Amino acid sequence: MFYRENGQYKTSYKADQALFPIVQDRIFIGLVMVIAFIVIPVFASEYLFRAIFIPFLILALAAIGLNLLVGYCGQISLGTGAFMMVGAYAAYNLAIRIPELNLLVVFLLAGFVTTIVGMAFGIPSLRIKGLYLAVATLAAQFFMDWLFSRVKWFTNESSSGAVSVPELQLFGFLWNSPVQKYFLVLCIVALFALIARNLVRSNIGRSWMATRDMDVAAEIIGIRPMYAKLSAFAVSSFFVGVAGALWGFVHLGSWEPAAFDVNRSFTLIFMVIIGGLGSILGSFLGAAFIIFLPIVLNQIPAFFGIPISTATAAHLESMIFGALIIFFLIVEPHGLARLWAIAKEKLRLWPFPH
Amino acid sequence: MIARDIGEVILKVEEISLAFGGVQALSNISFDVREHEVRAIIGPNGAGKSSMLNVINGVYHPQKGSVTFKGEKRTQMDPHKVASQGVARTFQNIALFKGMSVLDNLMTGRTLMMKANLFQQAFYWGAAQREEIKHRERVEEIIDFLEIQSIRKTPVGRLPYGLQKRVELGRALAAEPTLLLLDEPMAGMNVEEKQDMCRFVLDVNEEFGTTIVLIEHDMGVVMDISDRVVVLDYGKKIGDGSPDEVRNNQAVIDAYLGVAH
Ligand SMILES: Nc1ncnc2c1ncn2[C@@H]1O[C@H](COP(=O)(O)OP(=O)(O)OP(=O)(O)O)[C@@H](O)[C@H]1O
Ligand SMILES: [Mg+2]
Repeated sequence: MFYRENGQYKTSYKADQALFPIVQDRIFIGLVMVIAFIVIPVFASEYLFRAIFIPFLILALAAIGLNLLVGYCGQISLGTGAFMMVGAYAAYNLAIRIPELNLLVVFLLAGFVTTIVGMAFGIPSLRIKGLYLAVATLAAQFFMDWLFSRVKWFTNESSSGAVSVPELQLFGFLWNSPVQKYFLVLCIVALFALIARNLVRSNIGRSWMATRDMDVAAEIIGIRPMYAKLSAFAVSSFFVGVAGALWGFVHLGSWEPAAFDVNRSFTLIFMVIIGGLGSILGSFLGAAFIIFLPIVLNQIPAFFGIPISTATAAHLESMIFGALIIFFLIVEPHGLARLWAIAKEKLRLWPFPH
Repeated sequence: MIARDIGEVILKVEEISLAFGGVQALSNISFDVREHEVRAIIGPNGAGKSSMLNVINGVYHPQKGSVTFKGEKRTQMDPHKVASQGVARTFQNIALFKGMSVLDNLMTGRTLMMKANLFQQAFYWGAAQREEIKHRERVEEIIDFLEIQSIRKTPVGRLPYGLQKRVELGRALAAEPTLLLLDEPMAGMNVEEKQDMCRFVLDVNEEFGTTIVLIEHDMGVVMDISDRVVVLDYGKKIGDGSPDEVRNNQAVIDAYLGVAH
């Protein structure tokens, strides 16, 4: 099948501004949807749902949130783990204190709580940039670690912040089989991905990108820097907060603050860099890459019959990660998503290279 | 020269003084700009021309003096507020949004006219979609006017310099400004590109009636297209008047020939 734009004439601006103006892109998305909603549920094992698909989707959601802030608005954040933590504990408190609340409402409210916290930690961005902002957001990480392991009220008096949630109930049904959980997460993530895509092609998305690319010029054309930056922190934190709530309720079931430590923040940054800064698709690619890489690395030696200890495998994983991060930062800051775009561009011109 | 009705004073700059540490970039500068006119600011390097534009649109806050635009007097104002009064601008060193397409760069020019809220934008619904299409139509007119149809989807970072300058003008025009500030729009261009740019500037002025303040080093261009000229040197105003008056002003001639002060 050819990836071609020619012959597809748009007769209105409405058609040209559609979500995916090129037919082949629509087919691609359709295929992905069919695979996600039909093929995987039919064929995948329980283990795959629990170990791969559910964590992949939730981390992709968090990565989209982070990407809106870092990739689209150009504001660095090293506190994503902390914001996921806020989402998880906010959802926990809502669920145990107001048991009547519908679980979806709990997740949304958890997102809003995280929005407020995220905006508060985004205020320094109005004055500082780059490394200094990174340190300020890192402070969020340490603050939240402290808050949820020390302040007992937030964790219902449990020691060291360890909490567990009851089985998932939604619309009067139990949602505890892996495939049900998968569907729940898939629907939420698909909806949020669509929202993210809509935002970045709208006025607000352009104001984020303008602020990222040239903040003085953005202000001179009428974009209020405060509004652009804080709205990026707000929307990003909302996504990350919902992801945190899902991570706690759907993936883990019981957790303590260490589940959202600074490593989580770094992993998410890596996903966004490897997947592609400023790309929604890239957020999925980055999450997939980071989830699959350890599994593949574990399989390769066994496949070739080379005995390798788990410790060595873990070291290898870190080394390959490090190398890839450096590769992408230097060679292709737009990540896997850019490589994908280049491949499409090549295909568009094929077989005539010019 | 051109049949336009030069109107009342629309912009008045009074006794502006601006210093950076020890450097006095502007000292006691006053001049005015009339509606629909093309007003040039000229002067040797470092004379304070760009600083003057930065004062007008609020990027620099002068230590002394005031700016009156459309009858509203101010000593300090944030750039985005100045933008909402109808002032747009291009930069000496191109300040486009490099990662965005030509179309998106121009669409940012419409930002002040877009009113859809966050939720409408999140679902690309109602006002968000209507606005997007309405403003796209206007932006396409500007694309046609500037003859950049073929590059509308190209990221601006990939365009050659001359075209980037043109896109930057487009972004400013998209805001439909009443006052347009152009900081060396023809610098670094070849003769052909310069002619195109001159034509665009004049067309904007004639067709839309936009008032233009223009910084330019090319004297031929300045003499051709401007109604009145302000001359700055070392932060001081040394001349003000029609192109002919300025050309025959001894202080101006000295400044350009580098006579000792
Ligand atoms: N942000 C700033 N910080 C410090 N000094 C500045 C700043 N902006 C301008 N200056 C100084 O003010 C003086 C006037 O600079 P300005 O850029 O306005 O000159 P110009 O007339 O535009 O020159 P050119 O023709 O080279 O563009 C110069 O001495 C410059 O170094
Ligand atoms: Mg200058």
